[in-house]
Amino acid sequence: MSTYEARFKVWRGDQDGGGLKDFRVEVNDGEVVLDIIHRLQSTQAPDLAVRWNCKAGKCGSCSAEINGRPRLMCMTRMSVFGRDDTITVTPLRTFPVVRDLVTDVGFNYAKAREVPAFVPPRDVGPGEYRMMQEDVDRPQEFRKCIECFLCQDTCHVVRDHEENKTAFAGPRFLMRVAELDMHPLDAAADSGLDRKTAAQEEHGLGYCNITKCCTEVCPEGIRITDNALIPMKERAADRKYDPLVWLGSKIRRRSSS
Amino acid sequence: MATGTEPTSTEPHPTGGGVRGRTRAAIAAPHLRTDRWWLAPAVTTAGLLAFIVYSTWRAFANADYYAAPYVSPFYSPCLAHNCVPMRGGPDWELFGGWWGLSPALLILIFPLGFRLTCYYYRKAYYRGFWASPPACAVAEPHKKYSGETRFPLVLQNIHRYFFYAAVLVACVLTYDTVLSFRDARGAWGHMGLGTLVFLVNIALIWTYTLSCHSCRHIVGGRLKHFSRHPVRYRLWGWVGKLNSRHMLLAWSSLVSVALADFYVYLVASGVFDDPRFF
Amino acid sequence: MSVVERQQWDVVVIGAGGAGLRAAIEARENGARTAVICKSLFGKAHTVMAEGGIAAAMGNVNSGDNWQVHFRDTMRGGKFLNQWRMAELHAKEAPDRVWELETWGALFDRTKDGRISQRNFGGHEYPRLAHVGDRTGLELIRTLQQKVVALQQEDHAESGDHEANLKVFQECTVTRVLTGDDGRVRGVFCYERESGRFFVIEAPSVVLATGGIGKSFKVTSNSWEYTGDGHALALLAGAPLLNMEFVQFHPTGMVWPPSVKGILVTESVRGDGGVLRNSDGKRFMFDYVPDVFKEKYAESEDEGDRWYDDPDHNRRPPELLPRDEVARAINAEVKAGRGSPHGGVFLDVSTRMPADVIRRRLPSMYHQFKELADVDITAEAMEVGPTCHYVMGGVAVDSDSAAARGVPGLFAAGEVAGGMHGSNRLGGNSLSDLLVFGRRAGLHAARYAAESPADDRPTVTDEQIDTASAEALRPFSAEAETRSEEPGTAPENPYTLHQELQQTMNDLVGIIRREGEMEEALRKLADLRVRARRAGVEGHRQFNPGWHLALDLRNMLLVSECIARAALERTESRGGHTREDRPGMDRSWRRVNLLCRLRESGAGVAAADPARGQIRLERDTPEPIRPDLLALFEKEELVKYLSEEELFD
Repeated sequence: MSTYEARFKVWRGDQDGGGLKDFRVEVNDGEVVLDIIHRLQSTQAPDLAVRWNCKAGKCGSCSAEINGRPRLMCMTRMSVFGRDDTITVTPLRTFPVVRDLVTDVGFNYAKAREVPAFVPPRDVGPGEYRMMQEDVDRPQEFRKCIECFLCQDTCHVVRDHEENKTAFAGPRFLMRVAELDMHPLDAAADSGLDRKTAAQEEHGLGYCNITKCCTEVCPEGIRITDNALIPMKERAADRKYDPLVWLGSKIRRRSSS
Repeated sequence: MATGTEPTSTEPHPTGGGVRGRTRAAIAAPHLRTDRWWLAPAVTTAGLLAFIVYSTWRAFANADYYAAPYVSPFYSPCLAHNCVPMRGGPDWELFGGWWGLSPALLILIFPLGFRLTCYYYRKAYYRGFWASPPACAVAEPHKKYSGETRFPLVLQNIHRYFFYAAVLVACVLTYDTVLSFRDARGAWGHMGLGTLVFLVNIALIWTYTLSCHSCRHIVGGRLKHFSRHPVRYRLWGWVGKLNSRHMLLAWSSLVSVALADFYVYLVASGVFDDPRFF
Repeated sequence: MSVVERQQWDVVVIGAGGAGLRAAIEARENGARTAVICKSLFGKAHTVMAEGGIAAAMGNVNSGDNWQVHFRDTMRGGKFLNQWRMAELHAKEAPDRVWELETWGALFDRTKDGRISQRNFGGHEYPRLAHVGDRTGLELIRTLQQKVVALQQEDHAESGDHEANLKVFQECTVTRVLTGDDGRVRGVFCYERESGRFFVIEAPSVVLATGGIGKSFKVTSNSWEYTGDGHALALLAGAPLLNMEFVQFHPTGMVWPPSVKGILVTESVRGDGGVLRNSDGKRFMFDYVPDVFKEKYAESEDEGDRWYDDPDHNRRPPELLPRDEVARAINAEVKAGRGSPHGGVFLDVSTRMPADVIRRRLPSMYHQFKELADVDITAEAMEVGPTCHYVMGGVAVDSDSAAARGVPGLFAAGEVAGGMHGSNRLGGNSLSDLLVFGRRAGLHAARYAAESPADDRPTVTDEQIDTASAEALRPFSAEAETRSEEPGTAPENPYTLHQELQQTMNDLVGIIRREGEMEEALRKLADLRVRARRAGVEGHRQFNPGWHLALDLRNMLLVSECIARAALERTESRGGHTREDRPGMDRSWRRVNLLCRLRESGAGVAAADPARGQIRLERDTPEPIRPDLLALFEKEELVKYLSEEELFD
């Protein structure tokens, strides 16, 4: 077991201002950044505000930016840094800061409410749902999401442009739209809701310029861009930019009505 | 509240947009990354620029693009009256004599459009050329951003039409590759170093083209129930495997197409003779 | 005193895990305006950690399964101490609760014919656990969360306000359930973590769904929220806790590196073929099959291995014994010096399944070991050891309505409620418990609230609010008080107190218990109680974790005392309560439930006398098991559990 003293810079402050505070703190074998933050709390800064829950990368609470990169503190091992490195920990920089490492992530909950929920098929009762594994594979990948909101944090559409927050749902919730659109039994279409068009018109899919930062930071390794966002762009293109598909659906709708 | 010490404010709040906005944590630096985040966009930009310079020169050169049996992929199919005659090759005079510029320009729009609207290249040049964003969690320099919601970038949505065109072009290049099994006089059953270059190139062109996200969507991605379309599900799976290497294929096919053209240029301009294997 | 905001709702649900959200959904669907209060962000509750699955006898994989079999397994697992009516309701209703989730958008793994796939688990006779890889809890919480959002969208469409009838108060903590002189619930006193602001919600019904108590132990799979809040709130409101001595130690927690010690390694690892070995490479579980289970488990490795493919003609391997048995066995192996380098045993899947199968079936385990311990589980064995996982004891409730005993308007569901699991919980029965009794609690809370008309409800008094505020603010003035009371004593650091408490419980009331040690634990707890009075915090009220911990200490100390006292009282070993000095199960104890109550004078006052403490114990005789349910068992089996008089009644 080896122990050393690491140099940390942790952002402390609130809406009125704040700055990086220097700390020197003990680090033991096998520890992660969150352990060090906890050590600071229990020895040097008892009121250091930080969110955390499971400490096993399953709940997505301890999101922060470590050396400028959005990460989960509980899944960032100290061994990835050199012993002489100074490790900088700041709150997520896309959301309003509350205090120290805690930010107001209400944006994400507001966006979650804007995505129309799963629509159960009318003629299938509980217990009668039949779905094939190959059909649920795709939405299941997206349901691995732990809602750490690192993708929302890193996405430059809202990170660098506050004004886009109204129009753009962010990768997490565009992926939610994709998940529902790929759900084998979602009956939104029967209720007159076209999730493909909605993705573009209601949730701001067009703002995404597929620069893939969401995929890069995802701690669950979900291929957000390739498997959710781009397929949704293609599905929206089916509706809006593909005359053949558009014509076909027009004819079908007319003949069926 | 008289219940404790107030937080100490050490840094005044920066005023600006984005990460330096009023509500965000008061940190003046646009980013705090300590790694070499600029390396990837720099390499991308350099690579793309090199290709642009080379291909512009070659496309406008209007010379040294045919050395029987090889035709440069930049000039195939050759659709103008001013094309060099190619024995059995893809010189189909669809445009007649009025076209005075290099015939490459007529055909290159399609692969160019395909790559320009390609989901991978978009990422590459948005990051590399536009710095939008330069790297993850590195602030971009633009005041306004509307992504692909408006003209002209909304046109990126027509990627699939370029995909269809790219398939046709790839078919022609496949035809060229077949023709490269002739010798300079048109007799079959021969192979040179050029044939090998063409084979590698066409393999990369095809894998890149088929690994396209639009292709993945068209073959199966657009389905709601894979279980009802087992064949398309399989195809989707294969394309998906290729698709996960889309970036690698995009770069290697870009290099291979330039190399194939350069090879033809070297042979056509007489720098050296195509070494024959048999 | 400062003015504290008051809001009026019909039902308050404390906790937004599986039970809390299910209760809230049910209450709202039954017309009650429902407020959910949770310590963390919405959707982060500890339920996300549940990995294995939801036990429900749907019979999708083996059609021999039905509620009776599930009931039997549950009773056996709990060593017949279960509140049998709960076990019955649970077994009967679990399938409906799972199917209902599908109509809300849940996506479970499928069988070949498109039904919900079910997997094997310890103590379950048939493959019974509906699952999604090894992240079933996440699926459950997300589905419920999204159902809540769906209901809010409905309300928005109707009233223009998402939160008109169902509101989640995120990152808020309840410090008191307030009752009137008649003992009825009047509301709750809370603080908001973000601002430190106090507020009161007045409501006739309160549902406790706060989960467990694991944070009182050093090695635990539980998150910081598991500080026994609901248990303590119930005690303080006058409700008794039932059988608190039964604490489940999950046999397989990570043991290395130290910072992740205790984090869970799902039982599915064993359900899918993983085996336990000691440092000699021996599959030691074959030596630890207790008599009551002898006929049900394989005697040789060959037979155990055949069972995975042909469960009808072979008996299951002993790695799949109930959790208490496996945890004790691992403990014994380590003690005998046959442990792994970091003080656990080896859990191996790498020699049992191809690497790609492991990665597909146990993705988050693969991920967890790779990221946290740098161990590739497809190539080497994991090191595991017991970790505090679940408390079977909890608020004593009515089986059908989930109403807490003695406090009208108070309900409890999920881990905070006692009785359902008896002395030991089977894996997978927790998630189904949350759904079945979460729904029941929500339903009955809504009905109870409807009985009391909204314009004629007793309100919370200003005096109650002042007392609760003073209690909550105490840590800020600890320093000043300490100086005036006893000059020379410094305020205590809540983090230090917490660590000492965890160490005490871990060492002295842990997996193997002894009389002397438990007595010592009670002495130490008394000392900690006194010191906790001096717990002081720095800083201000805005998002101050030190302050939050100081407040949580009250709850942990109360609950820890319950555990220690009840464990000292129960002079036998059964399920999650193992005493070295009383090794056998004693049939006469089956008819004894231990109830913990707050001493009348003890409310809020630390009693320094360890013999007295804050808790008094009461013995309670459970209702006899209904004959038709008893008839589901063979007489020979019942003889092992039931006392003479019960058998001949």
